Amino acid sequence: MRKPIDTVMVEQRATSFTRRSIKTESKQQGLRLALSMIDLTTLEGKDSPEKVRSLCHKAITPWECEIEPPLPSVAAVCVYPSLVQVAKRALEGSGVSVASVATGFPSGQYPIAVRLNDVVEAVKSGADEIDMVINRGAFLSGCTEEVADEIAQVRVACGKSHLKIILETGELETLENVRIASDLAIRAAASTGPINDGEVFIKTSTGKVSPAATMPVTLVMLEAIRDYYEETGVRIGMKPAGGIKTAKQALHYLVMVKETLGDDWLTPNLFRFGASSLTNDVLRQIRKQQTGSYAATYDFSEA
Amino acid sequence: MATTNKNQNTAKWEYSPALESTKVTIESKSKLFIGGKFVSPKSRSWFATVNPATEAKLADVACAGKADVEAAVKAAKTALPKWSRLSGTERAKYLYRVARRIQERAREFAILETIDGGKPIKESRDIDIPLAAQHFFYYAGWADKLAYAFPGSTPAPVGVCAQIIPWNFPLLMAAWKLAPALACGNTCILKPAETTSLTALRLGEVFQEVGLPEGVVNILTGEGDTGRLLAQHNAVNKVAFTGSTEVGKLLMRETAGTGKKLTLELGGKSANILFADAAIDQAVEGIVAGIYFNQGHVCCAGSRLFVEEPILEEVIYKLKQRLGTLRVGDPLDKNTDLGAINSRSQLKVVEGYIRSGVKEGAQLHQLTTKRLPSKGFWCNPCFFTDVQPSHTIAREEIFGPVLSVMTFRTPEEAISRANNSPYGLAAGVWTDKGAKIFEVAKKLDAGIVWCNTYNKFDASSPFGGFKESGFGREGGMHGLRPYVRLGGV
Repeated sequence: MRKPIDTVMVEQRATSFTRRSIKTESKQQGLRLALSMIDLTTLEGKDSPEKVRSLCHKAITPWECEIEPPLPSVAAVCVYPSLVQVAKRALEGSGVSVASVATGFPSGQYPIAVRLNDVVEAVKSGADEIDMVINRGAFLSGCTEEVADEIAQVRVACGKSHLKIILETGELETLENVRIASDLAIRAAASTGPINDGEVFIKTSTGKVSPAATMPVTLVMLEAIRDYYEETGVRIGMKPAGGIKTAKQALHYLVMVKETLGDDWLTPNLFRFGASSLTNDVLRQIRKQQTGSYAATYDFSEA
Repeated sequence: MATTNKNQNTAKWEYSPALESTKVTIESKSKLFIGGKFVSPKSRSWFATVNPATEAKLADVACAGKADVEAAVKAAKTALPKWSRLSGTERAKYLYRVARRIQERAREFAILETIDGGKPIKESRDIDIPLAAQHFFYYAGWADKLAYAFPGSTPAPVGVCAQIIPWNFPLLMAAWKLAPALACGNTCILKPAETTSLTALRLGEVFQEVGLPEGVVNILTGEGDTGRLLAQHNAVNKVAFTGSTEVGKLLMRETAGTGKKLTLELGGKSANILFADAAIDQAVEGIVAGIYFNQGHVCCAGSRLFVEEPILEEVIYKLKQRLGTLRVGDPLDKNTDLGAINSRSQLKVVEGYIRSGVKEGAQLHQLTTKRLPSKGFWCNPCFFTDVQPSHTIAREEIFGPVLSVMTFRTPEEAISRANNSPYGLAAGVWTDKGAKIFEVAKKLDAGIVWCNTYNKFDASSPFGGFKESGFGREGGMHGLRPYVRLGGV
């Protein structure tokens, strides 16, 4: 089902969100909200259990300080399947979720059996959330049925774990493709059973392809979510990932969510940032609001 | 189960007030800018200008009378020989300086435009002032290339130009008028609208700062009479007017048979045609930009929307949703989307049209804004459905945030309905099919046709209308034509 998308006006609308001026109270509140929505992520070949443990600590307590009201934890820690168990232990009882990329992340170019097994193993190790990649090769060659079928199978393999479907919009290139893939992913996930709020997300990028998340791409995906909600009453989550590095950018995204989907979506249950360096910039801004002066980069722990 | 974050944010996230806090000083009793100097009006008469968002008086503005008009025309006439003989390169230097100075004083101009006219600071800051500067830059570029604009002939200046501008884009309209006139070697008398004189006077300061020769531009604030006296003056060679069709017709009568050149940029009732195959979310964005930009105080506002029948319901639904996100309020708040209506009289006009729409049987959908300031001139943005082409709101220019939504079934019907208007200023076509865009666009009687966008302005693009929307073009190379006489080589 093709829906025409006009790039010029999408960009104009996306830019309009960046013109909102978020100050004082609303900045303070927005920064905390953004912090609580972060999926703190490390996806490198050189990741070690120690790095993941320190990341988990950062996730629970982003900043060791006396601050009122206390800062929220981030939403989740996102790692490769091999480190899920480490993360799970470190986050025990904290309320912070463990998210694992799977399905042959980041390319998805493996036999479906391997990809499904990847999911099953990650879930078995304790992943609360699975970030899957769609088969872009199949999508771009027009085999949308195949893509949808695979997504459905992955959702079944997830069991009770939540599912985030990565479209890798940087490889889809056009906004029309982004819209088609969004609709397709949502419908495929829904085909396997009812979706409770926040059980299924669509996500822009792996972070391994440039460009990653952009505001126009995210806007088109939010519109797909909005239209699906109008049609079915089901709330799908959204996760822009990669490229969101500053607190200011994060606030722009929150404005976009608020004005496209409404206040209901302004919760970590339905909106996430896939990011790592964003956390410290948000902390810097929170501290600036508190003390009036900017912190140095080394004032906050790296992970 | 996944996200039971320990301290989730539950309070609703609202935008805090974000007021532009820079203070701009305004002279309590303004003067006229004649012969390069600010002088007291010989008429010894002033009128008050108010902030339409608060009704607080901002200043007493001089009301130029007959003797002042005389003095200004004389100053312009005196300055003409030297200015018109100056080489294009030299004239360009002044225009470039004006453009840069507007940029340097942009914030001051933006704030002044907002408190005097009621438009949101977001728009004066991001659109009005940058575009005004762009017009001076653009025509500075033409000043020494006029021969290339009119190959085979020698362009000469027209002479003394009387330029009467409206209140919807005060500084921008001043730039539209002055920049091409000056580039072509004319001298000018600018008459700003009575409710919005302040930025024009500030522009006078800029002319002093850049050392523009005395009398090349004169600025006469005043009421309708001032404009009439100016247009009637014998020594005026050219009248350029932007404003209502009513006054435009009057000026046409006044100037008929006098040998004065005339250009008119008048009203509009522009049609936005939305086909079922368009990108609907983006079209809704364009509809909103088309009618609610600057509180609808836009001559080319897309005030008639024609929707292809099958998508009507979807479009209305999305339009309502989008309307709900618009923020009406203090124009100085950076998050305000719609500011105050420019004047009490205009508010009455708009309210009258809304009443007539309801009375004639159309259905009103209006945003409800809680806590609008108790003072000031406010009108919540709205649109009408069940509009008949014969309804007053579908025929007359409202010049406010009021949209009339109608339907069509075939492209032919869309075109004939769009063209069924005394006006012919602008139009919008929304479809994903390239061929359809060109097919429809060329059949629309409109000076400007935007395709899959609306209300985009650029100094290099000509602007102007057909029929009762006026004649003559402003902007682009075409914008030079009204300001030159063409002689043989």
